[in-house]
Amino acid sequence: MKYLSEYRDAAACAEVAKALRQVVTRPWTLMEICGGQTHAIIKYGLDELLPPEITLVHGPGCPVCVTPLEMIERAITIASREDVIFCSFGDMLRVPGLDKDLLTVKAEGGDVRIVYSPLDAVALAQENPEREVVFFAVGFETTAPGNAMAVYQAAQRGLTNFSALVSHVLVPPAIEALLQSPDCRVQAFLAAGHVCTVMGYTQYEPLSAQYGIPIVVTGFEPTDILQGVYGCVKQLERGQARVDNEYARSVRREGNPAAQKIMFEVFEVVDRKWRGIGEIQSSGLGLREKYRRFDAEHRFGVAGEALPEPEECVAGMVLQGLAKPNECPAFGTACTPEHPLGATMVSSEGACAAYYRYRRGR
Amino acid sequence: MCLAVPGKVVQSPKDDDPMQQARVSFGGVVKEVSLAYVPEARAGDYVMVHTGFALSVVDEQEANEVLAYLEQLAAEDEAQEAEA
Amino acid sequence: MTGKLAGGCPLPKTQHERVLMAHGGGGRLMQQLIEQVFVPAYGNTALETRHDGAVFHPGAGRLAFTTDAYVVQPLFFPGGDIGELAVYGTVNDLAMCGARPLYLSASFILEEGLPLADLRRVADSMQAAAAAAGVQIVTGDTKVVEHGKADGLYISTAGVGLIEHDLVVAPTSVRPGDAIVISGDVARHGMAIMGVREGLEFESAIESDCAPLNHLVQSLLDAEVEIHCLRDLTRGGLASGIIEIAQTAGMAVQLEESAIPVREDVLGACEILGFDPLYVANEGKFVAFVPADQADAAVAAIRSHPVGSEAAVIGKVCGEDQSGLVTLRSLVGASRVIDLLSGEQLPRIC
Repeated sequence: MKYLSEYRDAAACAEVAKALRQVVTRPWTLMEICGGQTHAIIKYGLDELLPPEITLVHGPGCPVCVTPLEMIERAITIASREDVIFCSFGDMLRVPGLDKDLLTVKAEGGDVRIVYSPLDAVALAQENPEREVVFFAVGFETTAPGNAMAVYQAAQRGLTNFSALVSHVLVPPAIEALLQSPDCRVQAFLAAGHVCTVMGYTQYEPLSAQYGIPIVVTGFEPTDILQGVYGCVKQLERGQARVDNEYARSVRREGNPAAQKIMFEVFEVVDRKWRGIGEIQSSGLGLREKYRRFDAEHRFGVAGEALPEPEECVAGMVLQGLAKPNECPAFGTACTPEHPLGATMVSSEGACAAYYRYRRGR
Repeated sequence: MCLAVPGKVVQSPKDDDPMQQARVSFGGVVKEVSLAYVPEARAGDYVMVHTGFALSVVDEQEANEVLAYLEQLAAEDEAQEAEA
Repeated sequence: MTGKLAGGCPLPKTQHERVLMAHGGGGRLMQQLIEQVFVPAYGNTALETRHDGAVFHPGAGRLAFTTDAYVVQPLFFPGGDIGELAVYGTVNDLAMCGARPLYLSASFILEEGLPLADLRRVADSMQAAAAAAGVQIVTGDTKVVEHGKADGLYISTAGVGLIEHDLVVAPTSVRPGDAIVISGDVARHGMAIMGVREGLEFESAIESDCAPLNHLVQSLLDAEVEIHCLRDLTRGGLASGIIEIAQTAGMAVQLEESAIPVREDVLGACEILGFDPLYVANEGKFVAFVPADQADAAVAAIRSHPVGSEAAVIGKVCGEDQSGLVTLRSLVGASRVIDLLSGEQLPRIC
C-alpha cells in the first residue's frame, strides 16, 4: 500500500538503526507519547533495533486508557436505557467500569453499536427519530475535529434526539504535567504525528524552550519511529533543544486550520481528569454553551462524582512512564486482559496489554 | 492512538455536499470519507484518514524526500563497505 | 369448472413462502419441505430411502469423524453462504485428519418466518458444495423454532471420512525442525464479512475464501509428503491455529511475517479498521507441518490447485517447549511473541 509499505522496509530500518548506533555516546531516556507509536514499537519489535543506551518510556497517549472510571460508568448507565442507541468506537467497548463494560451491557440487551465514523451516529439519529442516539466522543485532538463535526451537523440538521458523551483530552498539558513532575526522567519526546496533523506543533515550541528538551513530531510506521528517535538522539548528543518534524508528509507547522475551526466552534478547553493520573488543568475539551443541549451528561442527568480506582492498579505510574507494566504486583495475576483492573490492560494501545501479549513468554 | 491510514481519492465530492463525501481507496477497498477538512484535495491525491475524515493531504514531495534520505543512508553505507 | 370460488376459499393453503412452526411438526408440511427442498437439492440414493439413518460400506482403513455447527451472519455474504460454509467446513475438518471425506449429515434449525426461497438457495448451495468436494449429504433433520429464537437458520453437521494411509496426522506428530506451509493468503473471509457488516460497510471485491481443501490434501498424500500435522484456519485466524498446535504439541514455533501472504485489498481493509490480519478469520486455508526437506514438494503439490496458488513456507518448528511459545519475526527483523486474543478483534481508532 502506497505511503505505508515503504515505511515498513526492513533494510531502511536497519540503516536508521545503524546511523543511531554511530551517533549515540551515552544513555538517553525518550518517551513516545502516542499509544499508536507504543503499539508499533512493540508489534515490530523496534526497541530491539535500538542501541542499548536508548531507553524508550511509554507515555499516556491512549485516550481509551485515560478515560476516567466515572465516565465509563456514565456510558454504561446511558447505554442500559431502553430508549437509547449507544454508539461508540470499538476501543471503548471492553474498558472496565466498576463491575462491567459496554460489551456486557450489549450482551444484557442494550442497543450498543460500533461505529466507524461519528457521522454514522448522526445518520442513525436521523433514521431513528423515536430513539435517543448517544455518541461516546473520546479521543485526543486527532479525533476531536470529526466528533465536533458530528455535533455541528446535528445542530445544522436540527436534530433533537442526538447527544454526545464527551471525554476529550489534549496532549500538550499532559506533557507539561509530566515535565513538571520531580520524578520525570524523560529527556526527549516523540510527539504524536496525527495529533500534530490537526494541531500543528507550535504548542510544543515553548515547552521545548522552557524545559530544554528536544521534541520530534513523529509518524507511526517503523521508519518514522526510528527516525524520530534518531532526531531526538542527535539533538541530545549535540546539546540542542528544539522541535523538529519527522512526519512532514502529513504535518504542517500550523496544522489543519479547517479542522481546528470546527473543533473550537463546538468545543472549549476544560479541566479533565485522567484515569490513573488525576486532574490536569485545561487538559480536555467539553461542549461550548452554544452546543450544551447536545451534552449527554446533562440530557440524561448522569454528571456525578469521581470514583476511586482499585488500589493495586498502578496504571497511573505506567502512564507517566514511572513504572513498567511487569513491575506492577497485579500484572499477569490479578490483572490480565481477560480480567483487567485498569484501562492500560484493556486497550490494545495500553502498555500493560502490549507487555502481556508480546512479552510474557520471555 | 489515532489510527490514520493513507488512501487515494478516487472520486471527488459533489460541490453542494456540505460533508464533502468522497470515495477513497485503501489498497483497493473503497470507503466514503469526508474531505470537509481538506478542501484542497483533488482526485488522485492521497489523504490521511481517521474515523471517516481526511485530516491532511499527503505531501508527495516531503514523502519522497524521506524515502530519498533513507536510500542515501543505504548508499553511503555501501560506499563505506566498498572502501573497507 | 375452473376459477375462484365466490366468497373466498376456506380450504387451507398447502403452498407457503415462509417457514412455519408446522414445518417442524413431523406432519404433511414437514414432508413437503423435505420433498420440495432437501431431496431435490441433495439427490442421492441414501437420502432417497427416507429412513431414520443412512447405511453404507465405508471401506477398509481408519475412520475419521467430525461435527460442527454454523451460525454465520449474514446468511449470504460475498463469496459464499452458510450452506457452503457448512459443507466445506465439515469436509475440511475431515481432510485435516488426513481423511478422504465421504458422507455428511446436516441438521437444520429454522426460524419461523424464514423465506423458503432462502432455504432453497442454501440447500442448492450445499449440493453444489458437496459435488465440488466429492461428498454426499446422506441424512439430516429439521426443526423449527419460534420467530426470534434463531438468526434465520442454523446448520449443524457431522461428517465421516476414510483414512487410507498409515500417517498419524496430528499435533503429536510435529517434530523440531518441521517446516510450516500455508496454502494461501490470509484474512479474506473475516474481512469479506466485515465489509457487509452494518455500520462498517466498505466497497470491495473481497470475497470469502470458502473452499474445500480435501483435494489439496490428497495432492500432498499423492506426492508422498510425510504430513505431520494439518490445521484449517477458521475463527481466530492463522495465529490461533498455530498457537493451538504449538501448545498441544509442546513445541516452540517461529513464523516469518514477510512470508505470510496477504492481498493488498485485504490489508487495506485491515488497516482501516485497525485489525491484525494474523487474527482474522479464514475459511479455505490450512497450514501443514512437514519435514523441512519436503517443504518445497509440499508447496508445489498445493500450488497445483488454483485455490493453493499462493502457498508458501511461513515458518518452522524450533524445538520442544512445554508452553508452546509462538514468535513472529517482524517485517523489520525483530521478534515478538504471538499470543491468543482475549476476545474478537473490534474496530479501533487508537
